[in-house]
Amino acid sequence: MGLRRYLASKTVWYLGALVVAVVLNFLLPRLIPGNPVDVIVSSLGQGGASSEAQQRVYEQFMREFGLDQPMWNQFVTYLSSILHGNLGKSFAFYPTPVSDLIAQSLPWTLVLQLPAIMIGWIVGNVLGAVAAYKGGGWDKSVFTTSLVFSSMPYYCLSIILLYALAVQLGWFPPGGAYSLGTSPEWSWAFFSDALQYWWLPFLSLLLINIGGQAVGMRSMAIYELGSDYVNYSRSLGIGDAKMTRYIFNNAMLPQITGLALSIGTMVGGALITELVFNYPGMGTLLFNAISSNDYPVVQAVTLIITVAVLVANYAVEILYGFIDPRIRASKSGEK
Amino acid sequence: MTNISSNAVSAEREGPLVPEAPQAPGPKAKPAWRSLNFGPRMWVSIGMIVAIAALAFIGPLFYPYGPDQKVGGLYDSPTPEHILGTENFGYDVLAVLMASTRNSLINGLLAGTLATVIGVLIGILAGYVGGWIEEALMGITNIVLAIPAIVILILISMSLQSTDIPFLKGIVGLALVIGITSWPWTARAVRAQASSVGTREHIDVAKLSGARTGGILIFDVLPYLASYVVMAWVLQLASAILAESTLSMLGLGPSGTNSLGMQLHWALAFQAVATGAWWAFLPPTIVLTLISFALLYLQSSLDEVFNPRLRRGKKKNLAKAAERRADAARKLAEQIEGRQEVSA
Repeated sequence: MGLRRYLASKTVWYLGALVVAVVLNFLLPRLIPGNPVDVIVSSLGQGGASSEAQQRVYEQFMREFGLDQPMWNQFVTYLSSILHGNLGKSFAFYPTPVSDLIAQSLPWTLVLQLPAIMIGWIVGNVLGAVAAYKGGGWDKSVFTTSLVFSSMPYYCLSIILLYALAVQLGWFPPGGAYSLGTSPEWSWAFFSDALQYWWLPFLSLLLINIGGQAVGMRSMAIYELGSDYVNYSRSLGIGDAKMTRYIFNNAMLPQITGLALSIGTMVGGALITELVFNYPGMGTLLFNAISSNDYPVVQAVTLIITVAVLVANYAVEILYGFIDPRIRASKSGEK
Repeated sequence: MTNISSNAVSAEREGPLVPEAPQAPGPKAKPAWRSLNFGPRMWVSIGMIVAIAALAFIGPLFYPYGPDQKVGGLYDSPTPEHILGTENFGYDVLAVLMASTRNSLINGLLAGTLATVIGVLIGILAGYVGGWIEEALMGITNIVLAIPAIVILILISMSLQSTDIPFLKGIVGLALVIGITSWPWTARAVRAQASSVGTREHIDVAKLSGARTGGILIFDVLPYLASYVVMAWVLQLASAILAESTLSMLGLGPSGTNSLGMQLHWALAFQAVATGAWWAFLPPTIVLTLISFALLYLQSSLDEVFNPRLRRGKKKNLAKAAERRADAARKLAEQIEGRQEVSA
């Protein structure tokens, strides 16, 4: 009974958050004086287009994006096109559909982030648990290194690695995702070429992830090591191997949550790293869209980031409902 | 009933299971703050923060060049006169760095403080007052918390970019935007703490003696949350400074001002990394890293001061404690065996 209510209330909350996010995504770009089309057209004007041509472009854009309609109609149109997977057309690359641009960029981001998050999670957890268990000099060195990596802004590490390993030492190509003259295709030659460009951004994200996970796991494990059940079990003379397993099980739950949440922030989590390495993922797409006032693309990117985060959070909460007995027992979970 | 009391008596008679280590003769009573265990970590992080603040606020008084003084061309190499060379517009990098650091710190202070104040206000109200106010406030909080802050930041600052109000485009406007988008996690955490403090007895005493809700919140609830609020504030400072630099690097930074993020933004835009002009991008990178590291390190050492469970002893002490535990376990086992023999 408790579980069903818990699931229902979580579902309602996340639906609410989704609605608010979509409304904000729709509304915020329209709050500015004038509208996005004005900005675009006036920047065309600076480019020297004639006023007549400007007027034509203006009217076409207004019709195309439905900005001559009342706000409420616009919102309904926006909603229904999102639901049909239609993210509109790009201003800057008119008339390319936004979904095409996303489809070109998203794979690059995923290829970087997914392995970095997964491997970083495994290595970081092992390091953190060992550091907490061993204590002493090992703990000190692992903790300090992890703290440095986890607390430095991820793009700062990217910049330093790019300069040191690519520009100075020349071990890696300095930026980009594949050599000039090649284009993305399913061939072994392209794959091995792209792999060379992939290593450095991957490494920079991996180190940050390892650091963050190790710090988290270490403090969880220390907390568990000092808790009553550990002292009690120790006083009963339970062996180290068994104790480690108990501690590990208890410290793991929040770490699994952390994994799910970082998979959710995957799309939006490496925006600047991609910029630094000039990697053609979502970050670069967003940057270019911002600098050319390409509102449909910006809105699409922010919407995707939001939906990914909401879905991951929702999945975690639902999973918790099944895993954590305290939630099953309580009548209504903590909001 | 009788069982329990007899057990208690017997426990008393047998004395504590673990022989107490002989107490070292205590030194004379220390003032309260001395007994706070400020580890070396704390001093290292405070030292770093002071050094960065000195660079930002005192440095410009002694440095002969201003951040808006053209002294050379695109990426002139460092010379004894301009020890960090010039950046892409020909300004002195060190002068720009000082101004940037100052603006970034000011932005962090404004935004971080604003976020903490909003968060504490909402959290404490929700946690202490409860009822429908709590439901409503936490509903808003949870919804804002679920939406990634960077998304709202991007959308709002993109709109601000095209306004004509210079105030909103500058560092203060950015700080406002960051402040009003990053309070939710503080509110949520403070609510949990406030609602537990709210059930303590001294609150009843305060109520009985006729204190008003506002007074209770400030004098009877807030002091119990102070350590937590300080830690949250430090985290908010760090995240606000990083949010500014992220936005700036995406091209949404404060226009016409210096900030660490803007400095990196221009360095990337003018290919400083690829052309090897390390003096243009390394200084802001390092300062940003130091600020972020120092604040998070400060937070974690504060956490250890306030939360003794996180404190690690020296290895020697750990070994001693393990020995004590083993000893205690052996004694306990012996006792259990002894009792079994008696009962058998």
